[in-house]
Amino acid sequence: MPTSLAEIALGRTATIKNVDGPRAFRRRLLEMGLVPGVEVRVVTIAPLGDPLRIEVRGGQWSIRRNEAAQIEVIAS
Amino acid sequence: MSTASCHDEPPKADDVRRASATIAPKRPQIVLVGNPNVGKTTLFNALTGLSAKVSNYPGITVERRSGRVALPAGDADLHDLPGTYSLNARSAEEQIAFDAITGLHGEPAPDVAIVCIDATQLARSSYLLLQCRELGARCVGALTMVDEAGAAAPDERKLSELLGCEVVPVIARTRKGLDDLVAAVDRALRAERTSRWQWTPSPTLRAHLDVVREALPGTWRAASRYAAADGSPSHTDATATRADDAIALWALTCIESEGAETDELVGVPPDLRSIVGTRLRGVDAPALDDEAVLSRWRWLDSELASLTKKQPDRSRTEKIDRILLHRALGFVVFLGVMAILFMSLFAWADPVIDAIDRGFKAGGDQLRHLLGDGIFTDFLVGGVIAGVGAVMVFLPQILLLFLFLGFLEDCGYLARVAYLMDRIMRSMNLHGRAFVPMLFGFACAVPAITATRTMERRRDRILTMMVVPLMTCSARLPVYTLLIGALIKGARITQAMLMVGMYLFSVSTSLAAAWVMSKTVKPLKAKRLPFIIELPPYRFPRMRDVLRMMWSKSSMFLREAGTVILACSIALWALLYFPRELPKGAPDYQALIEKAPTPDEKETLEVQQQALLLQNSYGGRLGHAIEPVLRPLGFDWKIGIGLIGAFAAREVFVSTLGIVYAVGRDTDERSEPLRQALRNAKAADGSRAYTPLMALSLMVFFALAMQCMSTLAVVRRETRSLRWPAFLFSYMTVLAWVASFLVYQGGRLLGFG
Repeated sequence: MPTSLAEIALGRTATIKNVDGPRAFRRRLLEMGLVPGVEVRVVTIAPLGDPLRIEVRGGQWSIRRNEAAQIEVIAS
Repeated sequence: MSTASCHDEPPKADDVRRASATIAPKRPQIVLVGNPNVGKTTLFNALTGLSAKVSNYPGITVERRSGRVALPAGDADLHDLPGTYSLNARSAEEQIAFDAITGLHGEPAPDVAIVCIDATQLARSSYLLLQCRELGARCVGALTMVDEAGAAAPDERKLSELLGCEVVPVIARTRKGLDDLVAAVDRALRAERTSRWQWTPSPTLRAHLDVVREALPGTWRAASRYAAADGSPSHTDATATRADDAIALWALTCIESEGAETDELVGVPPDLRSIVGTRLRGVDAPALDDEAVLSRWRWLDSELASLTKKQPDRSRTEKIDRILLHRALGFVVFLGVMAILFMSLFAWADPVIDAIDRGFKAGGDQLRHLLGDGIFTDFLVGGVIAGVGAVMVFLPQILLLFLFLGFLEDCGYLARVAYLMDRIMRSMNLHGRAFVPMLFGFACAVPAITATRTMERRRDRILTMMVVPLMTCSARLPVYTLLIGALIKGARITQAMLMVGMYLFSVSTSLAAAWVMSKTVKPLKAKRLPFIIELPPYRFPRMRDVLRMMWSKSSMFLREAGTVILACSIALWALLYFPRELPKGAPDYQALIEKAPTPDEKETLEVQQQALLLQNSYGGRLGHAIEPVLRPLGFDWKIGIGLIGAFAAREVFVSTLGIVYAVGRDTDERSEPLRQALRNAKAADGSRAYTPLMALSLMVFFALAMQCMSTLAVVRRETRSLRWPAFLFSYMTVLAWVASFLVYQGGRLLGFG
């Protein structure tokens, strides 16, 4: 069932289906390797509730919740 | 090999200019590119040794490191480019790497590009290499982090076969592989240029590419760029066309002139801009981006899969993060680290600053003793030596700042600070990394503003620079101490509370100012660029790299900001020194001093003479002239002179007032005679000149006004413009005036003062 990365529970993994948002934004994410078919794991959430720490391709990133909401994923 | 493309059309004027301008650098030009956090700087330092120099790219504060590297055939220049994940630039800063690789602006195209490939992040770092290859750069891969990757490291021979260029594993710390890398660069220098695409554009994209490629200006064509770089063309027509296609693809994906999302690229010809705009009208642009980006990833994912035997081990970093990013513990550690940072700037640097201060004063006195009194001596002592001193006092803080920042950045903690603080900073539309500069603002705005460099986007940096000077810096403390001590009666606790209040006031105004400016000032408005930052594995920094960076950045500060601060100090000295005439009707002090019976009386007369000379100086007259503007705030012209003197540094306000009130030359904020003088000062009508209300108004003025030329000088340097320091000065001065007006007049209406 497709949902957004922002809704994935802590510690869970999902597969990227699509990246939305303004052109420059989504191209940046794609070029960093967040492309459809890639697995993402929500590792932790920052103490104040935002941003999220995610793991993609063996690297970790900090991404804001509203940005993660632009990433459509399929929970696995 | 064919050279036909060079002769198809007569060279245009700018082609010729370009070619002639590039005759000068005969040494081969090599660039070093790579993602952030791949050990690029360590590799650069290892390759260039002590020859490295830091400067700035023209127009922006992105550091440009260059050095010499010894090749078998002689030296070559090596340029370290800013770390980037892609060459598809959006902002002027990101454009640097693209420009440098292609040779579109400024420098000719480099002869060789060394691309760092992180063995622990193979696919992501190879993505950049693919882009370089498409653009026709002669690439050599430097496989870094092989020690960290351990068994996960790929086989370099297979990798090199796949990527189509030599790949050399290096461990820069131990210099392992450096000779092989240099040899590979040397071979690449003599190789023919090729442009290799690992994917075939779809017919739709192909059609776009063909049109945009034809619209590229002559200087942007591979034929011209590479001929200029190599002297003679060493590529085929097919290579040139493919490289031009790559530039056309870049233009199609990066140039965006319509709608809210305009790019910030510089130097894009208007013709090209309009053709790309026309081409993209009605086209599904994201689909076009998808094709370019996803094709590269598809190739990388399928080809590199066999080389990646296993995922790199991240367990050590994960263990550390479990503490450092922990809900409660994380903040405790964070506060501890910040406390150490802050203490070091405040407490550890202070004795050194005092020593420097005393040293320059003593040196000045010695010089005065040697040369005797006179205008030239006064100029040397009061202008030059004091000015150099004014620059040098910043050095301890700047050195410590860059030492800590370099260390925290290199070990990976600075990215975590942004992660922890982003929620708070974002509510004011500030970058998560703005926290550190804001904190440093409590010590001094000058190092704080240089600390904004850890943010990559110009907009984030400038917004932070615009609000950092509102934080209560240590130079405001003497002013507050004097005013509270002299004019605010009450228990110590009241006085202390007032001081705390001033701190809270400054924090809230600076955060509010950030929010307001991000909503109203166009270049500072928040853009919808992703705040996605990498949290790299923790690594122990190489102290040699940190120290080298600390030194080169600090010396650049001295060179660039220091000279401006020195010039301003001398100008300010002259303003408060000349014309060196006593006002009409003043007694003949020279004669009186000579006749003075006791040294004490002599001293008193000298101090009185000093006061009159200052009051009659150009600066003093200016103080008189601005009195009408200051009156509504409750200030008289004596405060006006103090405010002018305070431009040298806010605490100078105290000693300037000391001279004006003829209390003595080196008065400090705890001086009882000065406090008495302020309490007893009478206005023209015989009433008390200074009331508690006026003290409050003056404190508010000091909290908000841009009373510091060093800050302005450093903002000018960091923004490379006069507009931003001018804006900073105007908005803070207006804000200060209005706020003081409200405090003073409001207080009077309520019956205080």
